[in-house]
Amino acid sequence: MTDRFLRSSRRVLLQVAAAATLVPTLALAQAPAPLKIGFIYVGPVGDAGWTFAHDNGRKAIEAKYGNKIKTTYVEKVPEGPDAERVIRDLVAQGNTLIFATSFGYGDAMAKVAKDHPNVFFEHATGFKTAPNLRVYEGRFYEDAYLAGIVAGGMTKTGTLGFVGSFPIPEVMRNLNAYLLGAQTVRPDAKLKVVWVSTWFDPPKETEAATTLLNGGADVLLQNTDSTAVLQAAEKAGKYAFGWDSDMSAAAPKAHLGSAVLNWGVYYDKVVADVLGKTWKTGAIKWGTKEGMNDFVKINDVVPADIKAKVAAAKDGIKTGSLAVFKGPLADNTGKEVLAKGVNADDKWLSGVNFYVKGVEGKPPTSK
Amino acid sequence: MNETALLIAAMLASGTPLAIAGLGLLINEKAGVVNLGAEGLLLMGAVSGFAAAFHTGSTLAGLAAGGLVAALVAVVFGWLVIWINANQYATGLAVSLFGGGCSAFVGVAYVGQKLAAPVSWSVPVLGDLPFVGPALFQHHPMVYATVVAVIAAAWFFDRTRAGLVLRAVGESPESAHALGYPVRLLRLAAVACGGALCGVAGAYLSTVYTPLWVEGMVAGRGWIALALTVFATWRPLRILAGAYLFGGVTMLQLHLQGMGVQLPSQFLSMLPYLATIVVLVLISRNPLWLRQNMPASLGKPFHPNA
Repeated sequence: MTDRFLRSSRRVLLQVAAAATLVPTLALAQAPAPLKIGFIYVGPVGDAGWTFAHDNGRKAIEAKYGNKIKTTYVEKVPEGPDAERVIRDLVAQGNTLIFATSFGYGDAMAKVAKDHPNVFFEHATGFKTAPNLRVYEGRFYEDAYLAGIVAGGMTKTGTLGFVGSFPIPEVMRNLNAYLLGAQTVRPDAKLKVVWVSTWFDPPKETEAATTLLNGGADVLLQNTDSTAVLQAAEKAGKYAFGWDSDMSAAAPKAHLGSAVLNWGVYYDKVVADVLGKTWKTGAIKWGTKEGMNDFVKINDVVPADIKAKVAAAKDGIKTGSLAVFKGPLADNTGKEVLAKGVNADDKWLSGVNFYVKGVEGKPPTSK
Repeated sequence: MNETALLIAAMLASGTPLAIAGLGLLINEKAGVVNLGAEGLLLMGAVSGFAAAFHTGSTLAGLAAGGLVAALVAVVFGWLVIWINANQYATGLAVSLFGGGCSAFVGVAYVGQKLAAPVSWSVPVLGDLPFVGPALFQHHPMVYATVVAVIAAAWFFDRTRAGLVLRAVGESPESAHALGYPVRLLRLAAVACGGALCGVAGAYLSTVYTPLWVEGMVAGRGWIALALTVFATWRPLRILAGAYLFGGVTMLQLHLQGMGVQLPSQFLSMLPYLATIVVLVLISRNPLWLRQNMPASLGKPFHPNA
């Protein structure tokens, strides 16, 4: 809507300009200054994962809005006092819309937002909001669930593997959703989990994947940021998935599908909000339904009935008829975590700290 | 049984890059030069090795290119600390930071690229043995080359005249100089050789172990290799043992997790460094040990005309 409004207003502007060639100064005066947008990234744009996906979002809005916006980014900003300095710098340079793309920037964003009420702030995966500070995140567990359906259809041993970064609720949601998806096809499916305590250490990710494969897991998913797990699976003749971005090229045989993050969809909305003066604060959670995340590039080796199942589940998620986490649901000690007939709400999702039935071992966070 | 064999195999494979880099740094330090730039050299080796392997399709070319480029960077480092007498520690840290930045910069085009499909190796006959085969004889040739190189280095330092001269340069450059040995050139040669080995270790990571290039992929292994030289008290064979031990600790921890045993992974991640500190404390308490093992002029600049 806003988009169409923008385009038509631009056309009007062009017509005015064309009609007023005799008074070019008038047209010049009417051309608006571009909206300056600053991004701060936690990793390098070359990480082929999280930050890469955010930067693709930035490129998408640049391509769409052309000279109506001007973006800059600062990469590899540590989550700490430096972040606040970088954000203040970006504001001082005249950026009036700031995207901070990692959880740890929350405090810095809140502070700077308070000092600059006329600048719009957007914080990914955060929870602190203010009148000019909005938070946004995706529903990546939906992708993990869809990947799980494929894994359930492809596993021979019935044992899946998961390379985890840190046992935070987001990652716990993903690994549980992965197994729940698999159990819809293969009810006896089990999941082995190995934690590497890092988002990014390709050799260590390889080692973790090798351990899982040696232990009998034959379809792997990871929440770390590189393609190492996929390549380890390729080498062993087993299967794995891409995460954060399309990783099919890294391991054509092992790659069963990729969970991709399309931040551009949301960034487009934000720019439209700001340009259209309809921006308001809140906590935005977008998922498969809005196109923020998607499960793509399913390998041809996956049987047609499994593909159909994935498509049906994706539709169900989009229309809301399918909930990934729904009661009755028990953890792997038998304790009920979600009562019968109850679908998980966002509050429940933000507190996931257990393994569902079928995951081996104990979560590192449990006492 | 079979899982144990695979665990041993994984330990050997993950210890290999540490052993190569550790050996390179040992050669540096035997000649009296500390190169804290190891992490940067590994990264330079990793990116150039990946690039060469990507364009030629040959892993061997990748390993060679990695060694060559890192040796060049090490020569610059050597010139700075040996001729200009720049502080070795500060210069080394600068090389480390430079290597990190430079490799990221030149490597942008290679992010997300892939190498030709990995080849699986097996030693004829021995590789088919039960248990021993999968554990010891189905590795990339680099794993064996590393063992050979370490033994060769041990022999070189203990049994050859050239090795003795190099050690003299590290122990007492003044004496070596008085005897007419070109101290600076010998140190530079050791630094270049050490740099080359660090580069090969980096290239092994990016072309064999985890065939991909991403910024910062060495992830601290250069620092572990530095700790390794102290841990091994500057003895080549102990470098090998230490590398397999350090590599093994990581693998074992992941393996235990896979079996459902929870150990705090943070604790195990710090073990290599903890072990190094313990060894340092032990050798520092015993002056004789220290004198026997640590090159006496380690980290000290040498002025031939002073």
